[in-house]
Amino acid sequence: MSISRRDFLRIAGFSTLFGLGAKAAFEMLAPGELEAKLAPNPKALTAQRWAMVVDMRKLDDQTAQRCIEACHRIHNVPDFGNPVNPEDQVNPQDQNRWEIKWLWKEKFEHAFPGQEQPYVAERLHKLNFLLLCNHCNNPPCVRVCPTKATWKREDGVVMMDQHRCIGCRYCMAACPYGARSFNWRNPRPFIKNENQTYPTREIGVVEKCTLCAERLAKGQLPACVEVSNGALTVGDLNDAKSKVRELLRANFTIRRKPQLGSNPQVYYIV
Amino acid sequence: MFEKALVGTKRYYGVLGFLLLLIGIGFFIYLKQLDFGLGITGMSRDVSWGFYIAQFTYLVGVAASAVMVVLPLYLHDYKAFGRIAILGEFLAVAAVTMCILFIVVDLGKPSRLFNVLLHPTPNSVLFWDMIVLNGYLLLNLICGWTVLQAERNEVPPPKWVKPFIYIAIPWAPSIHTVTAFLYAGLPGRGYWLTAIMAPRFLSSAFAAGPALLVLLCLLVRKYTKFDPGREQIQTLGKIVTYAILINVFFFFCEIFTVFYSQIPDHMMHFKYLFAGLEGKGQLVPWMWVSIVGMTLTAIFLVIPSVRKNENTLALACGLVVITTWIDKGLGLITGGFVPNPFDTITEYWPTIPEAFITLGVWAVGFLILTMLYKVAVSVKEEIRA
Ligand code: SF4
Ligand code: SF4
Repeated sequence: MSISRRDFLRIAGFSTLFGLGAKAAFEMLAPGELEAKLAPNPKALTAQRWAMVVDMRKLDDQTAQRCIEACHRIHNVPDFGNPVNPEDQVNPQDQNRWEIKWLWKEKFEHAFPGQEQPYVAERLHKLNFLLLCNHCNNPPCVRVCPTKATWKREDGVVMMDQHRCIGCRYCMAACPYGARSFNWRNPRPFIKNENQTYPTREIGVVEKCTLCAERLAKGQLPACVEVSNGALTVGDLNDAKSKVRELLRANFTIRRKPQLGSNPQVYYIV
Repeated sequence: MFEKALVGTKRYYGVLGFLLLLIGIGFFIYLKQLDFGLGITGMSRDVSWGFYIAQFTYLVGVAASAVMVVLPLYLHDYKAFGRIAILGEFLAVAAVTMCILFIVVDLGKPSRLFNVLLHPTPNSVLFWDMIVLNGYLLLNLICGWTVLQAERNEVPPPKWVKPFIYIAIPWAPSIHTVTAFLYAGLPGRGYWLTAIMAPRFLSSAFAAGPALLVLLCLLVRKYTKFDPGREQIQTLGKIVTYAILINVFFFFCEIFTVFYSQIPDHMMHFKYLFAGLEGKGQLVPWMWVSIVGMTLTAIFLVIPSVRKNENTLALACGLVVITTWIDKGLGLITGGFVPNPFDTITEYWPTIPEAFITLGVWAVGFLILTMLYKVAVSVKEEIRA
């Protein structure tokens, strides 16, 4: 039996109220699974408010590509241009329509529309910006979701519950950053090397970057950060001594569409 | 009373049979969609809502417009509309049913539909939309059916339905307002981010719905022994005229704000729809037909002789239905998604399976409409016989 972490926390909360304690709740729901799952890893990385800084001075194209591959590999993100069986070939137009991406590259004028200036900083226009869900502090995707399948954790990570999502795609209309993808068809025939430790998705649900919440819980950095040679940094925005605060203090940073009030938490040093 | 829907002429059965055939085809293809996923539609990562949601949006308007018959009747005691109120209410029932079906066929995981009730989320407009739509369906069924039953027994309607009738009056604009709010509150979608969205929705609805009702009244007169009445049709014609004028006015208000301010995020959607961007503009001819047609029809309808002649009135009403449909059923949703958040263009056009599923849902609506109208008309024929 498996239960969602949230259901567990809720029931555990009630049990604690009644003096039973979390352990009792877990034994009621899933006897025996406790040791494996419950005890929060003492090494878990925690923050009051997670944020990411992308240092474009250090992010060359190969590094960006490596980040994308690491993310998509461990999260079983399908590649419709590269099916497991050759007979599942998808034409380029449909590849484009069905594309699923958590982390991807975009030119300056597409990443920051309306902010390009024709005669300034030619360098900028050559850069490939690495984009992902901004884990907004005031996320419109969370605001519109009718089932709470998209929700924001206390530490600012915006999460997706693929088992609750009804596939209405309201969140996709609401996200001003194009950060969400929908499973227009079964993604599984397009996952070449499945990572058995991370679930694959099924048709009809939305997905996106979750800041590697599953890795943070084990004390690991997000996959992209790990392979970025220091170009990507995550840390606690509320901790004045954290690495991200240090970077924000020392450098000029920009964010995508800050005027919309969603308060994105991915910062770019250009 | 419902048994009246089951007996009829050959032609009646013919219509039902044809609609059932369309429903069957649509359902069969829907099963394919359940199996393969929404990938059989033309929607994409960039245009994540398409034809289904657009039809839903259009039909909410048709449903809401029933109030244009009920309100004069009950608030202004305009007795003439007593004759056709039931036609308006049953049109609303059919339209809301289609709306709900369009939402269901658009879901990626319809089996989890009830998650909306299991995890009620008041901050989501979709949650409220579901409440107002289902409420409206129920209200119209209750009011329509009881009033008709009373009419059949030739007694005044029971007192207890009065409150329902009065609640239904403000409820009608609320369904279309809430539907407009689905779009109007989203950051980063310049085409929808306008406070005039709900007023525009209502004005086009109050034109399109009564226009459809005029056409239906003419059909009822032609094919049954019940005549909805010349005065009734004329009054509906006036409602259509004022509503479509207001709708055209609202459209130009929007154009002024967007193009005088020169804010690119708001202009580019209009540019895509009416001129095309980066060589892409498959909706351009449609949008021009819609706005030019709508404006001309509005002017045309102001002329009394045009309105008084039932043939030209029918033609104008047909144009109102078509031009408002293009505006909402094609342009509104796609125009909001194109260009996408990266200022790039992915176009959208419904696929053949998508079109057949859409047709199937429309057929369900028309089946309900035909059967309900059959009941209503039979009752009216009976008490006049
Ligand atoms: S970037 Fe988009 S998906 Fe991510 S939190 Fe912000 S609004 Fe939601
Ligand atoms: S698609 Fe899923 S996550 Fe997005 S708003 Fe609908 S239910 Fe919520």
